[in-house]
Amino acid sequence: MRTRRRGYRAVRVGAAGLLLLALAAIAAPLLTSADPYAPALEERLRPPGPGHPLGQDTLGRDVLARVLHGARISLLVGAVTVGLSIAAGLALGAAAGYAGGWLDEVVMRGIDLLLAFPGLLLAIALAAVLGPSVRNVVLALSLLGWAGYARLVRAEVAVLRRREFVHAAEALGARPGRIILRHLLPLVAPAVLVQATFGMAGAIVAEASLSFLGLGAPPPLASWGAMVDEGRGFLLVAPHLIVFPGMALAATVLMLQLLGDGLRDLLDVQDRA
Amino acid sequence: MLRRVLRQLVLVLPTLLGVVTLVFAFLHLVPGDPVEIMLGESAAPADVAALRHDLGLDRPLPAQYARFLMRIAHGDLGRSIAFRAPVATVIGDRYPATLELAGAAFLLALSLAVPLGVLAAARAGSMLDRLTRIASLAGACLPSFWLGPLLILGFSIGLGWLPVSGRGGPLHLILPAVTLALGMMGVLVRLVRASMLEALGEDYIRTARAKGTPGWRVVAVHALRNALMPVTTVAGLQAGALLAGAILTETIFAWPGLGRLVVEAISARDYPLVQGCVLTIGVSYVTVNLVTDLVYQAIDPRLRDAD
Repeated sequence: MRTRRRGYRAVRVGAAGLLLLALAAIAAPLLTSADPYAPALEERLRPPGPGHPLGQDTLGRDVLARVLHGARISLLVGAVTVGLSIAAGLALGAAAGYAGGWLDEVVMRGIDLLLAFPGLLLAIALAAVLGPSVRNVVLALSLLGWAGYARLVRAEVAVLRRREFVHAAEALGARPGRIILRHLLPLVAPAVLVQATFGMAGAIVAEASLSFLGLGAPPPLASWGAMVDEGRGFLLVAPHLIVFPGMALAATVLMLQLLGDGLRDLLDVQDRA
Repeated sequence: MLRRVLRQLVLVLPTLLGVVTLVFAFLHLVPGDPVEIMLGESAAPADVAALRHDLGLDRPLPAQYARFLMRIAHGDLGRSIAFRAPVATVIGDRYPATLELAGAAFLLALSLAVPLGVLAAARAGSMLDRLTRIASLAGACLPSFWLGPLLILGFSIGLGWLPVSGRGGPLHLILPAVTLALGMMGVLVRLVRASMLEALGEDYIRTARAKGTPGWRVVAVHALRNALMPVTTVAGLQAGALLAGAILTETIFAWPGLGRLVVEAISARDYPLVQGCVLTIGVSYVTVNLVTDLVYQAIDPRLRDAD
């Protein structure tokens, strides 16, 4: 009971924080009139002050406007990456777990291979060969991200597949696709939802890491990781350049962690994979 | 036990082959001609043809793959274009620095996470427990590429206590190791706490307490020994991940290791060096996981005595 209460509180805090962030990202032009891409070289590296609450960057651009537009990139990359990864992971994991046999072997070997590398290393290598762009970041992270979901779904489906209600549905003539879609996936959904929350945090940090290394969103796009990298050279004279984008990133990841922890407690999810 | 070790070694071979195959495939994912990208548009056709021949790209794909496997088997990772030296030599020069950093971060994370997790579990619900949970959550949420510059700002520029960057004595190691360790520490503290709470609820702990065993002994000897079993696996996985995390940390602190070499190789479009670095880190990761499996089997009596 106490765990559920704690979970409910964490979900409320995490979801409210994320909602606020998403609203701020969407309503960025209403929150600040500054153009995130308009340079003002005579005002470069100005600290926070009237007109520019979070200061100005190396080209005199408004840091608040860039942080808010950075939220758009982070949330978009996180959501699309998780969406694509789930779609591929669900399809492959459910098919492997249900069918078993050679299909299961092939899918499991693919998963083992991808998980045999540190995720960040593969993402860096893929982004390096594909070239720096937001689309390539999503592609690289999705190509790697599906394995975690497929492993989870396969493990859940392989267990559920032996339950009596599945045998009953098969006896009534239901096709495998229908059994998976109508009977098994709804039972797997809570575990996938929890993993997706942590996965989105991972994708957002990975995008920022790639942009920090110059392999993600290309200039002049306002990615939080690229902003931290740009501000690194001006630590002494303009620490605000790294403080605010980093705070935005850490707060976003914290909200997603809280949401994931809370959902796990609320939905009573145990990771079978 | 020996049979188990041999079986694990055999089982890891397909994974290693998969890692090598994936690294081979990277060069073929490059959009356009990788040789022209490496040498630039103004390169002489003779140079382009020579490098294409040197990389084996003028042969059919199966022949390229077979040649790649043969070279790897002989420890030949090709030749770096940027360094004009064998890739294996360039990597060999940088690898010790990464091992030093990752080793220091691993020891730091483990030596802080285990006592903190144990204390938090032994005093569950207390202020110490809450602070530990908040700290571990923060550790998991702070990206290293942000934390590193903040530490430089505070301890190097602000207080002047520690060097800003580079590799030298122990003082140079502190900030990069802390930056790299924090994420792993956050994960491990939560895991140690959860494992200890589970262990402390077991029947044998109640029996030990009923027999009058001192509280510290129940926690530090009876519960901790069992609680550390799952921690071993995750610590091993995290140790492998430190090698990849070092790419960011080494970039921040100009640490002359393998991670920084990856970034330099990517900037120079030196694909043979990128392949060599990715392969080295990938094989190291697989090796660390293998050692973790073997250690786990050696310390868990249920697996050890199963032979």
